[in-house]
Amino acid sequence: MGKTLSEKVWDEHVVRSAEGEPDLLFIDLHLIHEVTSPQAFDGLRLAGRSVRRPDLTLATEDHNVPTVDWDKPIADPVSRTQVETLRKNTEEFGVRSHPLGDVEQGIVHIIGPQLGLTQPGMTIVCGDSHTSTHGAFGAIAFGIGTSEVEHVLATQTLMQARPKTMAVTVTGDLPDGVTAKDLVLTLITQTGTGGGQGYIVEYRGPAIEALSMEGRMTVCNMSIEWGAKAGLIAPDKTTFDYIEGRPEAPKGADWDAAVEHWKSLVTDDDARFDKEIVLDASTMTPFVTWGTNPGQGVQLGGTVPDPAQFEDADERVGAEKALEYMALEAGTPMREVKVDTVFVGSCTNGRIEDLRLAAEIIKGRTVDKDTRLLVVPGSVRVRMQAEDEGLDIIFKEAGAEWRGAGCSMCLGMNPDQLTPGERSASTSNRNFEGRQGKGGRTHLVSVPVAAATAVRGTLSSPADLPELVSTGATDGRA
Amino acid sequence: MEKFSTHTGVGVPLRRSNVDTDQIIPAVYLKRVTRTGFEDGLFAAWRGDPSFVLNKPEYAAGSVLVAGPDFGTGSSREHAVWALQNYGFRAVISPRFADIFRGNSGKSGLVAAQVDEKVVQRLWDHLEEFPGATVTVDLETRTVKAGEGPDAIEDSFDIDDYTRWRLLEGLDDVGITLSHEEDIEAFEKTRPTWKPVTIH
Repeated sequence: MGKTLSEKVWDEHVVRSAEGEPDLLFIDLHLIHEVTSPQAFDGLRLAGRSVRRPDLTLATEDHNVPTVDWDKPIADPVSRTQVETLRKNTEEFGVRSHPLGDVEQGIVHIIGPQLGLTQPGMTIVCGDSHTSTHGAFGAIAFGIGTSEVEHVLATQTLMQARPKTMAVTVTGDLPDGVTAKDLVLTLITQTGTGGGQGYIVEYRGPAIEALSMEGRMTVCNMSIEWGAKAGLIAPDKTTFDYIEGRPEAPKGADWDAAVEHWKSLVTDDDARFDKEIVLDASTMTPFVTWGTNPGQGVQLGGTVPDPAQFEDADERVGAEKALEYMALEAGTPMREVKVDTVFVGSCTNGRIEDLRLAAEIIKGRTVDKDTRLLVVPGSVRVRMQAEDEGLDIIFKEAGAEWRGAGCSMCLGMNPDQLTPGERSASTSNRNFEGRQGKGGRTHLVSVPVAAATAVRGTLSSPADLPELVSTGATDGRA
Repeated sequence: MEKFSTHTGVGVPLRRSNVDTDQIIPAVYLKRVTRTGFEDGLFAAWRGDPSFVLNKPEYAAGSVLVAGPDFGTGSSREHAVWALQNYGFRAVISPRFADIFRGNSGKSGLVAAQVDEKVVQRLWDHLEEFPGATVTVDLETRTVKAGEGPDAIEDSFDIDDYTRWRLLEGLDDVGITLSHEEDIEAFEKTRPTWKPVTIH
């Protein structure tokens, strides 16, 4: 019997396998950041250990950093200490780092692919659950806790039980205006937050193959939101074209050797998955969440559900609690939900393609007077590229705030937070209670929905916006 | 890591499903660079509510948390495990744990005991009827126990063999892996030269 893609990649990394024990897997790339690494470095120091492979390790500052005044010392002393601790640790242990102010700084899952370090067939880990993003390249990539960060620093390996395999096959074509984000939100609402638990998922089928690398990263990014160990997509020409020429991509004969191997990284025809799900992309529409986990979603054209309609008692109670927290009435059309803040950014939707899409919709329009639009590029490179293309001017002229790179309001760890009761439409990945600030209410949305919502002030898609009378009035490039 | 064989302590009924790690400890509490002191952020959003279970004096000294399904979903923050441990919890019982949380628990010495949903329901009822009642989590026999007499609750729980062994022995993972250093070295020699490196 043949092997699935994830089985191939897994098997290529088994250092040691023994009956009754998890496999010992070699890790090709370990990404670290300021929040989940300090205790791991402490552990090394206490045991007198070193970093086994600094050359397979990369650090950046993203979770806790400000997106304004990034050229000044961080105002919050506790945040500053955490960031300075990473700087001391990377220096002491000889780890390459891209700190705040560096041109390669940014969200850890944006900069790996951007540098060309994320490549097919690799094992990639980071003390962050959205490490699944890198699976878009055909890598096995997953989030780990701090004890495991220490384990990888010390040994460049991880003990892992072999997960089951699942295929999510998406047939048909996504309709115009429907994005990878809508696709993955639709999927999670079908499966629930625990539906992928114990599985490595391979996303496949025509709708997946048609996605850009950015779109594929959005889908894989949210694998963790339905509980999957990891999510990956077989590498193809789209993947190779994205990687070629990037700073850390293989060159010359190495490139040829790499591509030859990467082409073998597909699920064999006679391989079997432990579970399969099939979705039809052609029936999908813009999708938003109404509740307090990513599985509580509905079509933008739908209404806030009535908890009484949930057959499962647990889901019913969950829905009641969610509506209470979200201050929503069952039956309210989603399009009537008024939004205070729109956040465009994060490792889910903070790449250049996302900013271009948002700018295209915002261009020539203005942000609703009662709504705030925060645009946070995923990395310094994304910010610079956007500024080269004049996207920043489009955003600023519309009344949006144009910020520096980082995780920002996705998790509300830096000062970019919602206030109690404030409602957001957010291109990020989690609508948990308080995720974006204590008492904040989050609706997860795609980039086009975020941009249209900023203009109308209620949850909207670009189709809801009046046609512009004249286009090109503000080109932004003067 | 401290050895764990069996623990008996006050059970805390947390009648909620989908308790994600942002709820266990919000991001603003993750700024410490130590492994201690995170109890101040434990369930921070709910601690202001007098009716929240940990705010009731009978449960305040709890050390066995009994929660609904999909406990620990979301962020990989091990701080969620530390916050529970820093508060005084030694074990969490749930019908289903998120993968990363369960892994982090095993590494840090918190027992994540997976039981049937009906067992959680019975434990909740018991702990609410008798506030301050204890629950025993026996890792040797993989059983959870509460109550006495004909209504006593006793059922098995799931935890993978390897994690159970490590917890019983109090073993350090890194130490175990470094005993296989020759295997790691041998593997490293077989890696293709075109694989990327961060330092040239």
